[in-house]
Formats: sequence, structure tokens, C-alpha cells
Amino acid sequence: MTSYHLDHLQLLETEAIHVLREVAGEFERPALLFSGGKDSICLLRLAEKAFRPAELPFPLLNVDTGHHFPELNEFRDRRARHLGARLIVRTVADALARGVAQPAPGEVSRNRLQIPTLLAAIEEFRFDCCVGGARRDEEKSRAKERFFSFRDSFGQWDPKNQRPEIWNLYNARLNPGENMRVFPLSNWTEMDVWEYIRRERLEVPAIYFSHSRRCVRRGGQWLPANDLMPPRPGEEVRDLVVRVRTIGDIISTGCIESPAANVADIIAEIAAARVTERGSRADDRTSEAAMEDRKKAGYF
Amino acid sequence: MFTEEVMPPPTPGRLPIDILRFNTCGSVDDGKSTLIGRLLYDSKSLLEDQLEALARSADLTGGGQINLANLTDGLRAEREQGITIDVAYRYFATPRRRFIIADTPGHLQYTRNMVTGASTANLSIVLVDARAGVIEQSRRHTAIAALLRIPHLVVAVNKMDLVDWSEARFLEIRAQFEEFLPRLGITDVKFIPISALQGDNVVDTSPHTPWYQGPTLLGHLESVHVASDWNLQGFRLPVQWVNRPNQPTDPALHDFRGVSGQIAGGIIRTGQPVIALPAGIATKVAQIWTYDGPVAEAFCPQSVTLVLADDVDVGRGSMLVGPTHLPGAGNDLRAEICWMHPRRLEPGRKYLLKHTTQTVQAVVTDLTGKLDLGTFELEPAPAKLALNDIGEVRLRTARPLVYDGYASNRLTGSFILIEPGTHATVAAGMLRPPAEAVRPEHGDYVI
Repeated sequence: MTSYHLDHLQLLETEAIHVLREVAGEFERPALLFSGGKDSICLLRLAEKAFRPAELPFPLLNVDTGHHFPELNEFRDRRARHLGARLIVRTVADALARGVAQPAPGEVSRNRLQIPTLLAAIEEFRFDCCVGGARRDEEKSRAKERFFSFRDSFGQWDPKNQRPEIWNLYNARLNPGENMRVFPLSNWTEMDVWEYIRRERLEVPAIYFSHSRRCVRRGGQWLPANDLMPPRPGEEVRDLVVRVRTIGDIISTGCIESPAANVADIIAEIAAARVTERGSRADDRTSEAAMEDRKKAGYF
Repeated sequence: MFTEEVMPPPTPGRLPIDILRFNTCGSVDDGKSTLIGRLLYDSKSLLEDQLEALARSADLTGGGQINLANLTDGLRAEREQGITIDVAYRYFATPRRRFIIADTPGHLQYTRNMVTGASTANLSIVLVDARAGVIEQSRRHTAIAALLRIPHLVVAVNKMDLVDWSEARFLEIRAQFEEFLPRLGITDVKFIPISALQGDNVVDTSPHTPWYQGPTLLGHLESVHVASDWNLQGFRLPVQWVNRPNQPTDPALHDFRGVSGQIAGGIIRTGQPVIALPAGIATKVAQIWTYDGPVAEAFCPQSVTLVLADDVDVGRGSMLVGPTHLPGAGNDLRAEICWMHPRRLEPGRKYLLKHTTQTVQAVVTDLTGKLDLGTFELEPAPAKLALNDIGEVRLRTARPLVYDGYASNRLTGSFILIEPGTHATVAAGMLRPPAEAVRPEHGDYVI
């Protein structure tokens, strides 16, 4: 037997590094989407592994909805500073002020409004490629996503007309105005992400771990009590010991009751989990094709 | 400073587990998606909200009955039309292995997606309807698996419940396959009688097939040996990126110049000689740099950064190779290609060819044959190559490629063709072995 063996995390890591270096080799003006969430934290470590000791060959970009958990933004800024990376933040509030994005009457969620904000940032900086931490196991329509996902000049994804992706040969060719979304973590699962965080001893925002929080029962889940959508009469409000499993906006991120205080606890909890990660995201529960529709419109 | 050490060991306290990538092929009604749903369901990889969603969709498309295919058909059109449009990737794990499934559609017009899904697979499952036996689709799929050199094949004879679990029928289908398998050069084949709908022999052994002594499908997927599927002979490093820190104030980094890439073949050790091709300049590996510190050796498919002993001129598109098992180099290439675009191949037209980390202009000079996937016969000198056709071609490239035959190295023996203008990926190509290896002892190679 040979000792030339890579385990599953090492195989996923070498694949992701290869993808990141293809981005650096093929694109003129790439950016890496960094939210401070667990997937993009792994993505940043992989970028360090791909490009150190040199500087990262792209800036970090975040679309701030204004409804982010404050802990997440604090973590995002600190991590970027620590890496010496350039962080570009574009806000939905600014996009609304400039008329780039238009809310529907009564629309409180900023989820849909991220799309025009992101597309405006791509145009402003003439980014030809945005690297993101999306994974195929998150959601059914993501399961059809390519590593190099082509978007037309309107930022749209056409799932029926994707470029075939063969071996590890990625077609990165674009015409002006077109854009590529690249997903190095395509083949990672939620469990792989946490195992990688453990192996690499990566810091993650504290809200992933068990903490006390006032929550409101809405749509079959516990949402963080907040001023944007305050509890309505008749809604149950409780102080719970919770953590978040996936982070979206503060108004749509479900909290799960959990005593998991460290990464090992989280790994044990996921192994025993009875619902998927996205099951706690209100934005995905709208309809069976919610993600598919947003992706076609330019969502990452 | 870092100390020399080997790659960090896997997480302590756990057996190292690896990844098996497989794809499923089959015609529309062979029950591909049902099989995948069954694997996920019976291996307890499905969670409550997925099962709830499944139950909800049952009323819409399944007439009240739970339809396991709805798990994988992720796009709205697929659910409405009951077909699989594109390659869907699925993930599950057992205590022994992680699995990546590429669920590839079987209808004729989407063969390109099957080639896509099969290109990274260690193993391919060909599904056969026990009632229909071997049909042209089965032969096509098996031929593509053979063409793409998928090392392991499983023929899952499905819907055994509909032929009364007949051993005779199973053996008959097996004989039909064995008649043409030798011609395709496939050696590792496993035949398994199953019912994807009812779960027999998928995860649990069926009580209906006492005459079958082999493993269940999942049992086989968990135990098939894939570690040797990577090529460890003949060092190959296609250069992706040159690492030059812009740190004028840091003396340790000021002079750092690394060559980054994913090892596409073989093993490299510190101090070993390497040759940069196509320039043909010899040097040595001074250091194997990784983020976790320098390592003494590295192997395929690790991603590394090599510091070379001499300041040789290598960049993206160059290839570093070891002094033995040399690759070939040239502009005049022979290959098998799978055509993937509705606009047919036009000999004489210019395409872009991406091979490892370089993209060059290329012309298909001759269309020498077209493979009939149903009969495995080669039609000589065909007039055209259309969507889903597999042809034999000669190509000429504007710059020489450094390459291996696809049969000996999937990573340095494969390429894609890109149509200029639209930038559509129009073909996947597999190179024939070079007539001769590069000869570094020639005068033009400094060694």
C-alpha cells in the first residue's frame, strides 16, 4: 500500500486551491465575496493557501444589507484587517438612495435588494469575476451549479444553457460586460466546512456558538427579536439558549436551540441533525424554486 | 522559521476517509433519480425538511405517492416535465466514505452533460431496465464510460421486481453486456440486481435474490479501491500562477519567486531535478513551499508552490516535469473529441484549445473518423461532426503542447475546445499518446 493518500478534506482543499489559482490566472479583475460567514471564512483560508507568501490577488467585497448581525460585520472588518486585504463594502441603503435598487411596497426584507446592489458594485469596479463560498449541497438548484458559473451582461444565470465543465478545465472566457461567479467550495458539505474550521483552527463569529438571545416565534422558527420587525401581538417571545447554523439577515435567520459551545460540539450536533442547514433560512422557504428564481436574477 | 516536515496527518482519532466520485447513467425511465433518492433515503442522508418537501411535492407530481426523483430534479422545468435537464451533484457520507454523485441525464440530446459528469468520476453506474435489457442507450453510456477511462463500472439491473426476480433474466442481461465489454477495454465491472423503487440490494440485501451472492450497491461503492486512480508516475506540474510577493522591505520575501500549481502526475522531492517545458531548461527544486510550512515531498493531486534553484523563465502555461517518464510535445495532435454544441464542427475553422493551464489557437485539420456508439464501429472520413458525436481528429496548434496520452494521464491528456466570439465550450478532447517523448539530451535542452 502506498502512503500517498489524501483524506477527503485534503482532496477538497487541493481542488479549491486549484480553482482559486485559475481565477488569478484567467481573470483581469476578480473579487472575493467575504461576508464573515463560515463558508467565506474557509474560502479566505484557502486563498491564503493558494497565494501566500504573496498578497491576495483580489480585494474582498461584501454587500451590506443593513440588516446584518453586528457581530458579523465586526468580524468581517477585523479579519480583513488582519489579512492586510482590501475590503470593499457596498450597502443596500446606498443603492436605495441612488435609485439603483427599488423596494416593493411594504418590502422589509433586503434579500432581493442585494442583487442590484451587487450588480452595481460589479459595474463600478468592473469586476469580471466574483468568487463566492456557495456550496452545491445547500439547495436543490445550487446542485446544478458549475464551479465557473457564467452570467450574461444582465447578471443572469441560465441553468438550461450552462457551459459543460469537463475534468478540471474551466472555460473562463468572457465578452465585455459578462461576468463569472466562481465557487471553489462547490463540492464541500456543511460537515466538511466545520471539519475544515476545526483542522485549520479558524476563528468564526461567536453567534455560531451557543448564547442567550431573545427570540420570536414566526413562520415555524425562532427568529432573533429585533427592531426591524418587532414582535406582533400574539407572537410568542422567549429568552432562549440558541445558536445560528447559517447566517443571513437578522430578520430571516432562524436560531436553533443548542448547547454547542465549540467547534467539536457543532460537528457532533450536525452529525445528529434532523434538518438541513437551509431549513433555518426563511428566505429559502418561500417556495420550492425560491433560490432558483433569485439566482436567475443575479443572486450569488 | 518553518521546519521541514511531511504533510500534516489527518485529524487524530479518525480513520482517514476518502472520496468516491461516481455518476449514474441511464435512459429517462430507467429510474436514475429514483436510485439516487433511494441511496440517500436508505443511508439516512435525508433530513426531515427534505422529507417534508418531498411529501409536499408528492401531491403535485406523484399523484399522492412520494417520488424519490423529486430529490434530485432541482429545477422547476424538471419537476414539471419529469425529466433531468442538467448534471446535478449530490453528496452523502457513510462512516467509510464520502460520496459525490453526478446525476447525468440519459436522453440523447444531453450526452454532453453525461461526458461532463463522467469526466471526474472514479466509477460509473449504468442502469438497465430488467424488462428491456441492453438497449442502444446502455451501449452508448458504456462506451462513453470506456472512452473517458472511468476505472470502475457497475451495471445495476433495475426493476428486478417487474421480472419476478428472475436469475435467468439477470444472467441474460449480463451475457449481453459481456459480449461487447471486452471490445471496449473495460475490465472492472460489477453486475448487481436491484429494485431502486423498493430498495432491494441498494443499501440492504434483498430477500428476493437468494441466488445473488455479491455486495449491495452501497456495499460495493464503499469498498471499491480508488486510491490508485491518480497517476503517481512521471512528475507533472502545469504552472498556474507565479508567486512573487511585492514586499520590498521584507528581505526574506523580497527575492521569493515560487511556481504554483496542482501536481498533475507523479511525486516531487526537495532537491530533485526538474525540466521546464517547452523551454527545456533544467533546474532543481530548492523548496516545496506550502502555507503550512515547507514539505520534503509532494504528490499528485496536491496543490503546491515550488521554489526553483535557478531563476528560470517559467510562467502560466509552462509545465515542470521530472527527468524520467517524459511527456511528448508538439503542434500536430491526434485526439478523440466529443462534440458538445449545436453548431457542428467545421474542419479548418479556428478554435481556442485549453489544455492544462494554457489556451492556444487550434485548427482541426482532419476529421478522420466518427464513432458509432451503438456498434462501436468507426465510420472513416465523415463529412461532419454534430452535437453529441464522438470523432477522431487531427489538430494543429499555434504553439506546441506538452502532453501525455489521455490513457496514461487524464489531467495532461485532456483538453476543451472553445469557440471564439461566443466562448462556448464546444468539445471535450482526449489526446492520443505522443509518438515520442521530448528528448532533453538534445542540444536545445540545457541540462
